[in-house]
Amino acid sequence: MTQISHRREFLKVSAALGGALALEFGFPMASAAADGGAAGAPVAEVTAWIVIHPDDRVVIRVARSEMGQGTLTALAQLVAEELDCDWANVHAEFASPNEHFRRNRIWGSMSTGGSMGVRASQDYVRKAGASARTMLVAAAAARWGVSASSCSVDKGVVTHASSGRTLRYGELAADAAAIAPPKDVPLRDPKDWKIAGKPVHRLDTPDKVLGKPVFAVDVVLPGMLHASIAQCPVFGGKIASVDARDAQRMRGVKKVVREEGFVAVVADSWWRANEALKKVKIRWDVGEDGDASNATVTRMLRDGLAQEKLPQARSLGDVEAGIAGAAKIVEAEYRSPYLNHATMEPQTCTAWFKPDGFLEIWTSTQNGEASMTAAAQASGLPLAKIEVHKMMLGGGFGRRGGPQDFVRQGVAIAKAMPGVPVKMMWSREEDMRHGFYRPASIVRMKAGLDAQGQAIAMHTRIACPSILRVLMPDVPLRGGIDFTAVRAFSDMPYTVPNQQVDYAMRNGHVPVGFWRGPGQQNEFYRECFIDELAFSAGRDPVEYRLAMLAEGDKNRLVLEAAARAAGWATPPVAGLHRGVAVANGFGSYAAMVAEVSVSGKGEVVVRRIVVAIDSGHVVNPDTCRAQAESNVVYGLGPVLYQENNLKDGRVVESNFHDFRLPGISEMPKVETVLVPSGGFWGGHGEPAILPLAPAVCNAVFRATGKRIRSLPLAHHDLRPA
Amino acid sequence: MLELTVNGVVRTADVEPEMPLLWVLRDHLGLTGAKYGCGISICGACTVLVDGEPVRSCGFPASAAAGRKIVTIEGLSAQGLHRVQTAWIEHEVPQCGYCQTGMIMSAVALLAKHPKPTDGQIDDAMSNLCRCGTYARVRKAIHGLAGSPAAGDAGAAPERADAPPAPASGQA
Repeated sequence: MTQISHRREFLKVSAALGGALALEFGFPMASAAADGGAAGAPVAEVTAWIVIHPDDRVVIRVARSEMGQGTLTALAQLVAEELDCDWANVHAEFASPNEHFRRNRIWGSMSTGGSMGVRASQDYVRKAGASARTMLVAAAAARWGVSASSCSVDKGVVTHASSGRTLRYGELAADAAAIAPPKDVPLRDPKDWKIAGKPVHRLDTPDKVLGKPVFAVDVVLPGMLHASIAQCPVFGGKIASVDARDAQRMRGVKKVVREEGFVAVVADSWWRANEALKKVKIRWDVGEDGDASNATVTRMLRDGLAQEKLPQARSLGDVEAGIAGAAKIVEAEYRSPYLNHATMEPQTCTAWFKPDGFLEIWTSTQNGEASMTAAAQASGLPLAKIEVHKMMLGGGFGRRGGPQDFVRQGVAIAKAMPGVPVKMMWSREEDMRHGFYRPASIVRMKAGLDAQGQAIAMHTRIACPSILRVLMPDVPLRGGIDFTAVRAFSDMPYTVPNQQVDYAMRNGHVPVGFWRGPGQQNEFYRECFIDELAFSAGRDPVEYRLAMLAEGDKNRLVLEAAARAAGWATPPVAGLHRGVAVANGFGSYAAMVAEVSVSGKGEVVVRRIVVAIDSGHVVNPDTCRAQAESNVVYGLGPVLYQENNLKDGRVVESNFHDFRLPGISEMPKVETVLVPSGGFWGGHGEPAILPLAPAVCNAVFRATGKRIRSLPLAHHDLRPA
Repeated sequence: MLELTVNGVVRTADVEPEMPLLWVLRDHLGLTGAKYGCGISICGACTVLVDGEPVRSCGFPASAAAGRKIVTIEGLSAQGLHRVQTAWIEHEVPQCGYCQTGMIMSAVALLAKHPKPTDGQIDDAMSNLCRCGTYARVRKAIHGLAGSPAAGDAGAAPERADAPPAPASGQA
């Protein structure tokens, strides 16, 4: 059975190569023992990506993180496809961030976000597989004294046809490793794929259903202690004073750590640490934002919209003249609240300052390199003295990439406990109130329509915090524009001749971050507003959009595919109402038809979602479908009831009782239509969330006649008038 | 000293009677399959079986489990995979997987009670929350198991002599 290898194969390899950074990995992972059979046997690193064992086991290293999106399996499929090995022998492991730095970033980017795991690494991982295959064949040819071109490969066996001789990869790996990699290798045409493009089973599923300790919160180390932390409830606040006398006396408590910005209790179990933390008397210096509320945010954003001159994210034609000459003008203001990621696994980091001067870290990170850098900064150690063990993420959604706050905290706590591994985990309450939230924003749109109702001008003004300014304060924004705040408008595919998009960056004290499909609130605004225009023109919303999409625009393909699959041409059964939306982002195109019902009490139930996605190529169709289902559920919460409100400078919501997650009974039927048109590589982790909110809200309009211009729906009275 | 029967093995832990079962399992007995998600008995990531009933172990005092049979994901099957786990692999249910051990425990209990559950029974029993959106596959996997032989159902089984030994690592 294929499975994840939790061992660091490279360690044995680099030791064999004399590269020898001798690390002792006391890693009590369940499968490490199962792996032990091969311990001591010679293994060969054919390329940096591929290690082959004498028994033909192929270990494929994956640099990106796995948070449920399936990248681990998809990347292994791409490597295995070109390597031409037996998929049943494939194991995957995460490439070591420490090794990565020591080998000049040999595995490319470790960043896992923007639906880029596959699309941004497919080229070089496929080449790694193809190079290794070429080297293995060359090794066989040399062994036999024949030309490589007279040999063929199938499922990890090299055959010399004319003599009938065969050699297995496991027998050739050591020889192949000594051969110089080819300079250039041809890659297979996707139409010839045998492993990629197929719905193979995920490599991470067996361990996950067995409950094996694959997550960062599951790490168990000898003598390990546990920590729970409290940060200032008002973002940016500081500690004024700490009285930990009562807490220190509590059972199991080892230490109370006071750091800049947080207090942590270290104890012999997490529960004891957290109970003691409740008894620590902390006086906070909340600073100047201690009275911030929803109204403060609204004022801030409205002030942005009130500015006459703003940086322009797009300027086409002459929007003023276009609106002045219009037969009809439609205007609307839309808004969205802040939103927490609420990963099921709270932020966590285990850190261990070992007696040999090495720092080891186990964490759930979307970016192993960023975790290394954060750990180096927090510890003062060089990167060479740090290792980050990338664990499976209990959800990521953008929370665990750019911000590495949890790593800095974990390191700071462990630094206070030298020689002792400490596992820090946030409580759910801490997690809910210390996120990097999806930005709250307000957008005003004004469109001029001609006599036929066609939009001839559209002016959009966006007031929104800048994610990039928060996460990368040192990187200048070109023209004062953060593309995550303006996307969907700055690159709107509709052929409106006169367009202007203004951006008012307004950053409050609430930290913002990449939240699955960053900027996706803009699709809610745009696609609902386009629906308003279609309605105003008395036109069908699918036909209206198609009329504004150029020939050959891939948005057309998915829109037509979704409409066809949903049966748009025939009306829904009584009591159901349909809405549509189309979007492109994260390399792909996604169109969606939502069917909803609204009860007499005004309760909205989303019954059916049909989504068509064009990602160019599809590496694992089953995982892609799972991602579509995932985007629907992740996006549904904010449509129905999720929001993060501000009061007294802090986030009001604290746990799943006031930040509800949709349950199984709220899951609509999701029908995913994959329409890969080839020629490009798009993502799957986020595109399908883009059209969800507008498709549902447009359906709610058809059901109730009420335009939804703010979310969540819980704030709207949808009872029939 | 608290005595608990976990996965057929009597274990002891020197803990406060009010410590939630979840933390005894995770931090004192080294069984990390049940997860912390909310701590307020809502999300169900911590679900284990106590006398065959699914329990939110984050809000269940360990002392209340004394003398009762506790089954965690680690003890679900003595023979490798439990049929629910097999179905979960077959239908590729998990994504991030964090909530799935709890999901699986709830499904085991549901199928023990209702071998052929209706959609309504699934909605009622599967109150576990999942952020990745695995619900459709959870439902499909459960329906796929409807009526299949319940052999090896630890949740429904009486005391087992063939229980796996407790893991050696993670003793506290």
